[in-house]
Amino acid sequence: MTRSNGDVIDYSSLAVRESSAEQMLRGGALSGANQPAHLKGTDIEGAELERHVHERILTTTLDKAVAWARSNSFFPLAFGLACCAMEQFQTAGPRMDIARFGYEAFRASPRQADLIILAGRVSIKMAPIIRRLYDQMLEPKWAISMGACCSSMGVFNNYALVPADKFMPIDVHVPGCPPRPEALMHGVLKLRKLVQDDPDAGWRERYGAAGTEEAPAGA
Amino acid sequence: MPDATGLELIGKELGKAVLDKTFFRERATLDIDPTAVRAVLSQLREKGFAFLASVHGVDYYPHEPRLGVIYELLDMRRVDRITVRVRLPTDAPEIDSVTPDGDYGAGWPTANHQEREVYDMFGVVFRGHPDPRRILMPEDYEGHPQRRDFPVGGEPVLFTRDEAQWLEARE
Repeated sequence: MTRSNGDVIDYSSLAVRESSAEQMLRGGALSGANQPAHLKGTDIEGAELERHVHERILTTTLDKAVAWARSNSFFPLAFGLACCAMEQFQTAGPRMDIARFGYEAFRASPRQADLIILAGRVSIKMAPIIRRLYDQMLEPKWAISMGACCSSMGVFNNYALVPADKFMPIDVHVPGCPPRPEALMHGVLKLRKLVQDDPDAGWRERYGAAGTEEAPAGA
Repeated sequence: MPDATGLELIGKELGKAVLDKTFFRERATLDIDPTAVRAVLSQLREKGFAFLASVHGVDYYPHEPRLGVIYELLDMRRVDRITVRVRLPTDAPEIDSVTPDGDYGAGWPTANHQEREVYDMFGVVFRGHPDPRRILMPEDYEGHPQRRDFPVGGEPVLFTRDEAQWLEARE
């Protein structure tokens, strides 16, 4: 199996195999005092043993496990640009309570964050600063463009603003002016689904930026 | 506000620096000679208008001279306001800065950032300003965006990733 960044992973040493589980059972792991009450005094074999093992052992791939872990603990950057930031604060408040999903750790440093929420309008003077923040975040990293201004310049479609897509990759656009906290929450959950279901559908594929990894394969 | 008579009296005291006096909707405005702005503001300060509430620019396009710089003065003790307005042509929009102290008396430190903003947005150059940089737009920005002949800007925004699907779905 090859991961998206090119590392080859040998799962043979990681996966829990049914055969080894079988050996555990045969070897008496479930006999004596350790044996569950409903199995006391019984040796199970054959199809029954298969079923027993299937019920108790979960197999997955490392990629899926990692994606599951990542998608349930985004560390958003504590970063607000304009009025959308007020709604962003509210997602951390008691009503929406972003902590229910594990995203409550708003980090003050881009080095510790893996999600940037662009909450507000981006002026062309601010764009290089945001780009620098984004570049400072460690991979894997995601970006949410919150509100009309950040996605399409909204009512400020004039000389002063630039949409976020023009200078950095965006994973999820949340429409609204400003979006309510539940809309932002919906966007974050969309991002969770994106990360869980298809971790390879990252921005490099969508923006044709393969080869720009900080540590390219083989390096 | 000084009433209409008060405005006449103030205008008379300021002499020939005053080009015009307007009293419209309880709002007293003095149109003055751009070269006399420092002297006029100093004189008004002595009369009690000691607080410079705002400095801002206007583009009066298509009227000439096009640009205007407006100083809003406030007398805090009598709660009295007066507006001082200068008009400047676009080909040489220069005026003395009122920020620094000088032989005409003390300056108005609050004008520092506001004059920078007028310069940034309208291109009015304030002579003698201690820090005549842009304040809002990037320093390498070209043009002065609040002028009426400046293009509004903006651009069509496409969500290019989904655009093809949307066009298909629409047909």
